[in-house]
Order: sequence, then structure tokens, then C-alpha cells
Amino acid sequence: MSSLTTTEARQAASAQRKKRITAFMFVVPLLVFILLTFVAPIASMLWRSVHHPTVAELIPHTLEALKDWDGKAVPDQHTLQIFAVELNGLAKERLSGKLAEEFNRAYTGMSSVVKSTARKVAKLKGDDLRDKGAQTLLDANPKWQRTDLWYAIQRAGEKYTYDYYLTALDLELKPDTGIQVREETQIYLQLYSKTLTMALVITLLCAALGYPLSYYLAGLSENRANLLLVLVLLPFWTSLLVRTTAWIALLQTNGVINSFLMGVGLTNEPFEMLYTSFATVVAMTHILLPFMILPLYSVMRGIDPSYMRAALSLGDKPIPAFAKIYLPMTLPGLSAGALLVFIISVGYYITPALVGGTDGQMISNIIAFHMQRSNNWELAAALGSLLLALILLLYWLYDRFVGASNIKLG
Amino acid sequence: MADQAGDKPFLQFTNVKKTYDHKSLVVKDFNLDVAKGEFITLLGPSGSGKTTCLMMLAGFEDVTSGEILINGRPVTSIAPYQRNIGMVFQQYALFPHMTLRENLAYPLKVRKMAKDEINAKVDEYLALVELQDFGNRHPGQLSGGQRQRVALARALIFAPDIVLMDEPLGALDKKLREQMQFEIKRLHDQLGFTVIYVTHDQTEALTMSDRIAVFNNGIVQQCAAPHVLYERPANLFVAGFIGESNTLRGTIASVETDTVTVRLEDGAQVSCLKANCTEIGAPTTISIRPEKLTFTDRLGTTGNQIKARFVARHYVGEYIRYQFETADKTELVVKNLNDSSAPQFSAQEEVALAWLAIDSQALDRPQAQAAT
Repeated sequence: MSSLTTTEARQAASAQRKKRITAFMFVVPLLVFILLTFVAPIASMLWRSVHHPTVAELIPHTLEALKDWDGKAVPDQHTLQIFAVELNGLAKERLSGKLAEEFNRAYTGMSSVVKSTARKVAKLKGDDLRDKGAQTLLDANPKWQRTDLWYAIQRAGEKYTYDYYLTALDLELKPDTGIQVREETQIYLQLYSKTLTMALVITLLCAALGYPLSYYLAGLSENRANLLLVLVLLPFWTSLLVRTTAWIALLQTNGVINSFLMGVGLTNEPFEMLYTSFATVVAMTHILLPFMILPLYSVMRGIDPSYMRAALSLGDKPIPAFAKIYLPMTLPGLSAGALLVFIISVGYYITPALVGGTDGQMISNIIAFHMQRSNNWELAAALGSLLLALILLLYWLYDRFVGASNIKLG
Repeated sequence: MADQAGDKPFLQFTNVKKTYDHKSLVVKDFNLDVAKGEFITLLGPSGSGKTTCLMMLAGFEDVTSGEILINGRPVTSIAPYQRNIGMVFQQYALFPHMTLRENLAYPLKVRKMAKDEINAKVDEYLALVELQDFGNRHPGQLSGGQRQRVALARALIFAPDIVLMDEPLGALDKKLREQMQFEIKRLHDQLGFTVIYVTHDQTEALTMSDRIAVFNNGIVQQCAAPHVLYERPANLFVAGFIGESNTLRGTIASVETDTVTVRLEDGAQVSCLKANCTEIGAPTTISIRPEKLTFTDRLGTTGNQIKARFVARHYVGEYIRYQFETADKTELVVKNLNDSSAPQFSAQEEVALAWLAIDSQALDRPQAQAAT
């Protein structure tokens, strides 16, 4: 009989469970490592882009009072009074600088205003603070009388915010008109589209250079192909910095290429190649080419020459036969390579930072800027999250139209 | 083997040679005339040059020297896609990203046939290989035998002049292989195309072919109809490669019109058909098929005789296989039909074995073997 008794079924199930637990134990160390060093930092970073309690912790009472504010005029004396007291407290604890920084981020030009006001408010003591606090505040700087400033403070005080995403998308929130395109400088959307365009150009270049080479390699004998593959892999074994620096030496105004061109008389003036997006594209194509060649080569190796022979024997000319038979069969390798190159180049940092100048900057360079220079980790996190979302979206689209199951990495 | 006297043969290989490394010849002076509608098999061990000949005919390999002619016209200058030659590959080479219908329609589309005409043709050929209900499947969803049939239909659908088959049944199991042999024969009889078939399986070659060219070391050893190859092998290689063969060593004692007399190593003299060893005193190998060798009581005293000791008896099914050993340790095999008369022997029993002169041939004896 084919059916099992209950005891047999139970034994089989428990044996299965044991096997699964054993298998799980093998991956536990790696899992813990990845959780601690990869998943957790990224999650906390992404969390930062929406969770920002600093202002709420600095001036909790003012924000409490602002809850009843109608938003149409300057908040009432009582609210201003509470703020003056809190500012006084912060100034004494030397925390007013932090508040100044936060306010400045929410409302341009507030850094010095907060700092000077804090100095004035800090001089008030006891009853004076309670009575003249509000007036001192308003006297210190006319900006305190602006309604939109208080609106910005109210928003900055919220623990959970999507403001950084608005900034990252070149949008802003206005009390009267709602979400709109930011009136001041718009840089991020442009940078995203530039990043995508450059990644696309790099991917196309890699495909155009890698496809014929892989085809040639796949047609060689195993020994010779392996020898030549070492040459393809050689750049992998060289430091990234060395390779990028080599490109600087090649591309700079008095570099190898310009000297050569001027030497043979093709041009009288050197071309400006370094610190342009041209330099970024060239250097990154060179660096990412192996990621295209390897999956392509491995797929092409697996294609029996008899497919093309069959197409020819059936009467098709070589070029159409190639387009109809060989090319579709290499698509898994081509898409794997393209996806790898595209995704890596979208997030690439070092090379554009070194050879790209301002023209060849990509979104990752701006993210780094906000992490290291402007100290706006929240905005950096928002930009990073958007980049991640963008890549996931592209992957989804790719899966939709090409099919992820078609990817073959080797 | 041309259709009519005076006509050029349909397909002709003349003095074809091929080298890959510019040092050694893979194919040495290949000559073959094929008539229209003939089923020719190139048979030989792997590396003997038979597939290379096929590839040269299809146009996937260059001919080093010599000429291949179709209808008297040299093909060397014609591109592979213009040769109108159908080909069935060992691994089928069905296009995996196309359905069966698309696979079959491919050669017709290339020939710019009208849509309904293509559809009708595809239907016809799907029916021909009994895969009507599978038209919209992809090759990956088919069994090996089904793929084989599609590959066959695809090679035939554009009515090529010649169909080449490169070990087409090599990937199938035994039973399916036999089934497909009949299938291919049926289609060949029905459609009348010319076939050049490459295989290393001698049974396959014997059952299917009109003529077989036996290859070894880039040379055609013999090209003849199956029964001739089997019963009148031209040399020792052919005798050994096709079917099983008993070999006895001796020297030529005298030469008659059709036969030669051979002195065996124990001094006995036997009579054999004349083959490629005709010099008096020359070392020779006599080849006798196991089913032609029998026990003396069957033949009486008309044939040649040799004494041998009984070694083993194997029950194979349709026949019984007996193993004997002569005084000089030469192994002899007798195949006896599994009927009531199949005798029993006791161990080491001395038995007289007999055969007719017309069932044996005096063939060459290579130096290496002569030395042992």
C-alpha cells in the first residue's frame, strides 16, 4: 500500500525536521554576522530618514503649546513665553547650538538668529524670564514674528516626518499650498536622472564591448579561453584606487592621451577630459566590464555550436540566424551582466568622486556629502532609501518584462 | 552507383582530404558516389573522420583538398545556408526559445513562404511524426524521443535534397533507438530523400542502410551493402568492427580460383574464400562468424574442421553462446539458435567444430599480430 501509518508519518516528519534544524545550524553564524553588520545598520539608517526626535526632545513644552496654535498669526504670548524658558534652559546646558542647527535646516538662515537670541534670553533670570521672555525673543530678531517660521518649527518638532523625502525629491511643504516643487535650488531629481543615464550608458558600453569579446572567448579552446579570461580578471586583482588613478594619469590635461593627440597633430589644444562625466563613464566602463563578460561568457560556453549550424542548414543567412537564434539564447547572460553593471554603477562612489569632478558626480557622491560634510544624516538616509526603492522598482520592471528567472550568473 | 549510365552521380566525394592542424590528415582521400534516394551510412569508431566528412558536406568545415559535388556542381563555393541540405544533430539543436511550430516553420519562413502555406506544411509534418497535439510546446517540455522526431521533421520540412544525420539516435535508450530506426526508415521510404547517416553503432548501420562506408583512421575500409559487409568483409578491421568474428591464424598454402588453402598453426589445412590475402606463404587471419561455426554432426564431413575444448556455455535468450579454446589458446565462439537441439558439453570436453569454406575468408594479418 502506498499510504503510511500515522506512526510512520510522524517519524518521517520528525526526521525531516531534524534535517532542517541541522541545515539551519550551519547557516546561523553567517546569518548572525549579516544581521549585525549589514541588515541592522542599514535598517537603522533607513529608520533615521523618517524618525527624527531631536527637536521634540529639545523643546517638548513649546511644541505642546504649539498644538493649539491656529497657524494664522504669530503664536500667542504664552507659547512664546514657554519657548523663551526652554531656550534659556538649552542655552545654559549649551544645547542651543544644536537647536540652531536643527532650526536652520528647517528654515534657512536661522542658525545665527537662534544663537544670538539664545544669548539674550540666557541673560534673563527668574521672574524676568517669565515676564519679559516673549518680548526679548521678538526684539532679538524680527524673524521670530514670521508665521511660516513657526510652522517650520512645528513640523521639525514632529518625531516622525517625511520631510526628508520631500527634500530628496526636490519638493517642499507650504502651510497654505501644501506639497509643491521647491522654489529654491532643485538638485536631487536632476542628479537621480543623471545617475540613471550614466549607469545606462555604462551598461550599454559594457554590453557593446563585452559581447563580442565573450563570443570570441566562447569559441576558443578551453585552455586558451582560460588564459584570456585571466586577462579579463586581471583588473579585479588590481586595487580599484590604482586603476582609477591610472585613468587620472591618462585623462588629465597634460596626460597620456592629450600628449599623444597633440603629438601626432590631431589637435592643438588639450581636451578637458578629466573631471567630466565622460571620465566617469570611461573609467567605470573599464572597471565594470568583467561583470558583463563573466556571465555572458559562461552562458555562451554552454551554447552548443550546433544551434547556429542548424539555423544555417535550415537556410537562414548568418546575421539573421545570429539575431534570431544565438542572441535570444544569450539573453540570460546579457541580462545578468546588464543588471549587475547597472545596479553597481548606480550606487558607485569612489570612481566618480575621483575622476568625475562636479560634472561627473552621481547620487552616491551627494549622499556621501550629506553624511560627511553637511552632517544631515537624515537627508542622506532618505536619498539612500529612494535609491534603494528605485533599484527595486527597476528590478521589478525588469522581472515583469524580461523575467528574473532568465538571469544566469554563471 | 549513378542512376543511369553516363550520368554524373547525384552526390560525389572525390579525393576529399581534411586536416585540422596542417600536420596530420583526419580524412585521407575519401571517395564516394551516392545515388539519389540512397541511404548511406558512414560507420566507424569515434575519431575516424566520418563526422568531419558530414560537416564538410554541410559546409561547416572547409575541404582541405578534393571536391564535393552535388548534381555535378562543386559545393565548396556554396555557402552552408544555400546548400539546401537538411541536418539532424546529435543533440537535436531544437531552438529552445521557440515552440515546435516555430521550430518547424523556421526554414519555411526563411524561404518566404506564405503564412497559410507554412501552417499547412507544419501541420502536415507534425502529423507525419505523430506530434499533432504538441505544436505549442517548447522543446524543453518534450521527451528525448519526441525531440528526436521534431528534429527529424524540421530537417525534412523544406524538402531538402540531402538529409544529414549525425548520430541522431545516440542520446536515446536502446528500445527507443530501435523504434526510431524504423521511424526514420519509414520516412525515408515514404519521402524518398537521400540520407547520409553517421553512426558508430553497427547494428543501426546494418538495419537501416542501403550501403555502408566503414571508416577507420580517415580511410574508407569498405563501402558496400550491409550483407556484403557482414558476409564478405574486405579486411580484418571490417570483419572485427561489424558483428562478432572468430579469427584463426595461419599461412596461405595454395591459391585456387575463388578459394585459398590455409595451413593453420597446428598443421591442419582448411579452405577459405579468397579475400585480400592471396600470396602463397603470407600470414593470414581466417574470419568465421560465430553463427556459421557449428558442431561436426551438423555438417558431416563436407566442411573444414578444427578441434577445440569446451570452456563455457551462456544462455543469451534467442541463442546460446558457446565458448571454446583451441590447442594454441585461440578463443572460438559458437552461436547456436536456442532450439531443442542445442547440445550440452562437459567441462574440457574436446569437440570438433566445423564450417563451410564459403562462410570463411582469408584476410590480412597485421604485423603486430603476426609477431605475437
